Amino acid sequence: MELLSLREMIARHVKPGQMLALEGFTHLIPFAAGHEIIRQGIGDLHLVRMTPDLIYDQLIGMGLVRELTFSWGGNPGVGSLHRLRDAVEQQWPRPLAWHEHSHAGMAAAYTAGAAKLPFGVLRGYIGTDLPKHNPQISHVECPYTGEKLATVRAVNPDVTILHAQQVDARGNVLVRGILGATREAALAAKAVLFTVEEQVEKLDAPMNATVIPHWVVSAAAVVKGGAWPSYAQDYYPRDNAFYQQWDEIARERGSFRAWMEHHVLGTADHRAFLQRIGEGRAAS
Amino acid sequence: MSYSKDEMMTVAAARLLTDGTTCFVGIGLPSAAANLARLTHAPDTVLIYESGTIGTRPEVLPLSIGDGELAETADCIVPLPEIFSYWLQGGRIDVGFLGAAQIDRFGNLNSTVIGDYDHPKTRLPGAGGAPEIATHARRIFIVLRMSPRSFVPQIAFRSSGGFFEGGDSRERAGAPGAGPEVVITDYGILRPHPVTRELQLSGIYPGVDPAAAQAACGWPLAIAAELEQIPAPSQEHLDALRALHARTDRAHSTLHPLPL
Repeated sequence: MELLSLREMIARHVKPGQMLALEGFTHLIPFAAGHEIIRQGIGDLHLVRMTPDLIYDQLIGMGLVRELTFSWGGNPGVGSLHRLRDAVEQQWPRPLAWHEHSHAGMAAAYTAGAAKLPFGVLRGYIGTDLPKHNPQISHVECPYTGEKLATVRAVNPDVTILHAQQVDARGNVLVRGILGATREAALAAKAVLFTVEEQVEKLDAPMNATVIPHWVVSAAAVVKGGAWPSYAQDYYPRDNAFYQQWDEIARERGSFRAWMEHHVLGTADHRAFLQRIGEGRAAS
Repeated sequence: MSYSKDEMMTVAAARLLTDGTTCFVGIGLPSAAANLARLTHAPDTVLIYESGTIGTRPEVLPLSIGDGELAETADCIVPLPEIFSYWLQGGRIDVGFLGAAQIDRFGNLNSTVIGDYDHPKTRLPGAGGAPEIATHARRIFIVLRMSPRSFVPQIAFRSSGGFFEGGDSRERAGAPGAGPEVVITDYGILRPHPVTRELQLSGIYPGVDPAAAQAACGWPLAIAAELEQIPAPSQEHLDALRALHARTDRAHSTLHPLPL
């Protein structure tokens, strides 16, 4: 593990054309890392995430995404991801290929990826149309019972990027709260990058806490507030008001581009991004 | 006493949850109904959200399936792959509480697409956790406002299976759970015919004409031989629901300090 600036970590580890997973199930979504990928213009990506959320809406709308593997593509509790919809419905700003799962299927694909198995198995997709449209879903007959079970091809990202609460002096990372498929996505990947809220001498980690050991982590960057507008349990809450505002911002191509240029491309780092969000709130 | 159609629907859905039920909850109307039950007549309802929060008791309705409120008030939090494998597929869920964009006469759900899948007219968010909830939960409750656009003869895409092609086709396909037991709408309640499994109007809300329910349904909606007259919401349920929504609106519009 090496501790880097976010800019250097992304520049060094994220390359055009890669399969990337920025995970975190509603919680701990690595927004700052996604924004840095946008600032550096790293494109032609195959993105993997259970819930694409606002961060993939932004990457897709900025034209950096070639393929998407996912299982639920909405703005939680609000409605559509308008940039994802525009890419699928109107091929704007570029055509998007997509591979669609259920959550249980995606979870099995990450779990198989972490175990370095070629596929995951589940009693899933029964009576659904998803297998007809996604060749990554197939079936096997159980050798013991003869039952027909669904399979999903393993997902092994080139790079998985995650956000967490703490990194210690040796580079061990503590993840607390809703975990999603954090551990599975980390262990399925060839390289694992973390942004964290803070560096501490010793992790605030009771026995059996979720700790990703330092020798699994390729690099980490301390980015305070790095999950905003998602959240970091015990640090700051989910900004539900922003998630609701995003519906309006992203609805039209023009308002989306203007917002991205002002807030992401027009700022040097995540602190400046948050300051700009704050300026906008003070003015309104 | 006056109440809205949505309030009637939410209370009718909540009343179907009995105390001590283990319930896997989707966001939106299902979450409102399940929490209303927990806050009133069914305090020991165990709510499970797909984010891995088990036995959660939120004070306000979560906007997302993974709000911190759900984690802070849970008995335990497990990794997401585990919630789907050990808990749902493991057969530990009594009731799966689902919504959708569209439903057909056999209770199959579409939350994926309107139009052609590869070239959609309207792309919807997709299936998420619902396909396996619909497969594995012992009983399925569905909450959905009724209109000819949402209750359709043919769904464009089957995201989650109900009774498939009707009859015993669900059982023959090997789905462990019993399938949709009830569809709670803003006109009344639909239940499957015991043999054909076609949904039919089995209960009607006060002051609602069954013909109006039939007009709001996209297929010729049959009416059960005995049509239950569903009582109006109690004052206790209405007060609890309104207070829950008021707390929720306040919480979701609160501007929190930025993490600078």
